[in-house]
Amino acid sequence: MTTQPIPSQAPRTPSYVSPIPISRTHLGHALASEWTKIRSVRSTLWTLGVFLALVVLLGCMMAGLIGADTYLNTPYTMPAFFGLLLGQMCLVSLGVLVVSSEYGTGMIRTTFTASPQRHRVLAAKILVFFAVAFVTAAVAIAAVGLYAQITVGARTNANWLPTVFTGALYVSLMGVLALAVGSMMRHSAGAITTMLGVLLVPAILPAFLLFNDGLADVAQVMSDYNAINALSLIFEGDRSTGTGGAQIAFLATLTVLACAGAFGVQANRDV
Amino acid sequence: MIEAVGLTKRYGDKTAVDDLSFQVRPGMVTGFLGPNGSGKSTTMRMVLGLDTPTAGHVTVNGYPYRRLPNAPRHVGALLDAKAVHGGRDAYRHLLSIAQLSGIPAHRVDDVLQLVGLSEVAGRRTKGFSLGMGQRLGIAAALLGDPQVLLFDEPVNGLDPEGILWVRNLMKSLAAEGRTVFVSSHLMSEMALTADHLVVIARGRLLADMSVREFIAANSAGFARVRVPDTDEGQREKLTAALTAAGAQVLPEQDGAVRVTGLPLPRISDVAHEAGVRLWELSPHHASLEEAYMRLTQGMVDYRSTADPQIGMRPEPAPGREDGWDDEPGWSPPQQPVHASDRPTLTEDAR
Repeated sequence: MTTQPIPSQAPRTPSYVSPIPISRTHLGHALASEWTKIRSVRSTLWTLGVFLALVVLLGCMMAGLIGADTYLNTPYTMPAFFGLLLGQMCLVSLGVLVVSSEYGTGMIRTTFTASPQRHRVLAAKILVFFAVAFVTAAVAIAAVGLYAQITVGARTNANWLPTVFTGALYVSLMGVLALAVGSMMRHSAGAITTMLGVLLVPAILPAFLLFNDGLADVAQVMSDYNAINALSLIFEGDRSTGTGGAQIAFLATLTVLACAGAFGVQANRDV
Repeated sequence: MIEAVGLTKRYGDKTAVDDLSFQVRPGMVTGFLGPNGSGKSTTMRMVLGLDTPTAGHVTVNGYPYRRLPNAPRHVGALLDAKAVHGGRDAYRHLLSIAQLSGIPAHRVDDVLQLVGLSEVAGRRTKGFSLGMGQRLGIAAALLGDPQVLLFDEPVNGLDPEGILWVRNLMKSLAAEGRTVFVSSHLMSEMALTADHLVVIARGRLLADMSVREFIAANSAGFARVRVPDTDEGQREKLTAALTAAGAQVLPEQDGAVRVTGLPLPRISDVAHEAGVRLWELSPHHASLEEAYMRLTQGMVDYRSTADPQIGMRPEPAPGREDGWDDEPGWSPPQQPVHASDRPTLTEDAR
C-alpha cells in the first residue's frame, strides 16, 4: 500500500461533528419513508384510481342486474367480484412498481445508501403497500356491499361484512406477491408479465390438461386454487363449496415464500 | 476517513477493481481520477456497500458501510444525478431519504436552500436539467450533515457558475474537517479543487499523493530553448551538444526546441561550451492534465483513433502512412519517464 504522510500544509482540523443529533434508526423510519414515496408518485393514484373505478362502478352496475332473490344466500358484496377480477391487475401493477421503479430509475442506490439495512426497506415496502392495498380494496368492496344493500333492499341470510375482509385480503396478498416478484426480477415489464401468468395460466391451463389422465390431479388443483376461482368462492354464498379459506391460505403461503425469496436475493446482491 | 485494503471486484473474468488500497483523509479534498471504465464508480459503490467486493474490504470511519449504525449521518453520497424517480417532486424525494435516517424534515428545506433549488422544490424531477439534477443529488448527499462525502462526477452538466459553486462547496466542506472524496475527469477542475489525488487505471492504483507531488513526479517538465534564427546551423549544433550531454531534444514548429532530461543551468552550460547563443531558455511546468495523460498513457480502455474513412478518399501520397503530419504543432508522444523516477507508484502499475 502506498502510504503518504499528510502534507505539512494541510490543515490538521479535527473531524467534523454534526450539530444535528444522531438517532438510532428503526423500522418506523423506513415506514414513514415508504409512505412518503408511495403517495408522492402518480402511478399510485392511477392504479388505485382505476382499481376503485373498476370495482365500484362494475359492482354497482352488476348489483342491479342480479335478481333480488339471489341475495337470499349470497352476500351483498358479491357484485364486487366482477370488478375485482379485473381490478386485481391494478394492485399487481402497483405492487411491482413500488419496488421495480426504484431499480429502473437507479433510485434504489440512493435508498440503500440511506439505509444499508436492506431488509428493513423491503419490509417497510411490503407493510406500507399491503396496508394501502388492503384499505383501498376493503373500501371498494364495502361500497359495493352498501350500495347493493340500499338499492336492492332484499332480505338476505348471508352476512357480507366478512367478505369485505377476506376479499380485500386476497387481492392485497396478490399485490404483495407481485411486489416480491418485482423485487426479485427488478424489471417492471417482466414482473408484471409474470404476474399475468400467475393470474391467468392456472385458470386456463386445466382445460388442456384434462385430456391427459395423468395430469388430471394437477388440473384439479389448478382449477381449485386459481385466482378467479378463489375470488368466486370468497363472494359466493354457497357454504358447501367452501368460503375460500383454503385458497387464501394457499396464496398467503405462496406470498410468504416469495417474500422470503426476495429478502434472500436482495441481501447481498449488487445494485 | 475512508480506508480500502486490497479491494478487488471481478465480474466473471473481467476484473473491474484490482487489489486497490488507499486512504482518504479528513480535512482535505481527495480527487479520484482515472480513465473511463477504470473502476472509479465500482470502487465508490463498494465503499457504499452497494456492491460486495470479491476480495479485500473497505471501511468508513472504521466500519464497513453496511454496519454503520446510521449510515447517512456519517456518509453522504452523490452517485448518479439521474437516479431519482422522475415522477416525485424534489421536496418529497429528499423527505423520503431524510425520513429513512431519522433526519428532521426541516433539514430538507435547509439543503434545498443550500443548493439553490428552493423555488423548484414542488416540481417533479422529470423536468429537471442535468445541472438541477446534480444539485438535487448534492442536496441528498448533504442531508445527513455527514462527516464523509463521496461525489461521483459532481460537476457534470453544471454551468460555469455551478462549477465554481461546487468547487467552493467541496473546499468549505473539507475545511470543516470533513472527508471529501470526489471523482472527476475534468483535470483542470481537479487541479483547482483537490489537495490529494488517488489515480487508478484498469482498476489498479497508479498514484496516491498530493497534487503537487503528482505533477512533479509525472509531468513532462521540459525547457524551451531558442537559438538565434539568423545563424544557420546553430540549432543543429546545440541539438548535437545537448544530445551528447544526455538530453532528449525535439524540434518545435516555430524553430525552438523542446529539451527534456537536463536542468536549465546545465542546458545553459552546454550551450555555452558549444558556443551557441540562446535567445530563449524557459522552463515549462506541466499541468495536472499533462501529468495525468502521461501517467495513464496506454492504460485507457476506450481510445479514439482518427477516422480512417477507408475507401472514401484518394490514395495517400507515398511516404505518408497516416494523417498525423497534417496536424499543426503535433510532436510524437514521448515515452513516459522511467518507472523508477516515479517514487510512489505501485508495482506492476504499467
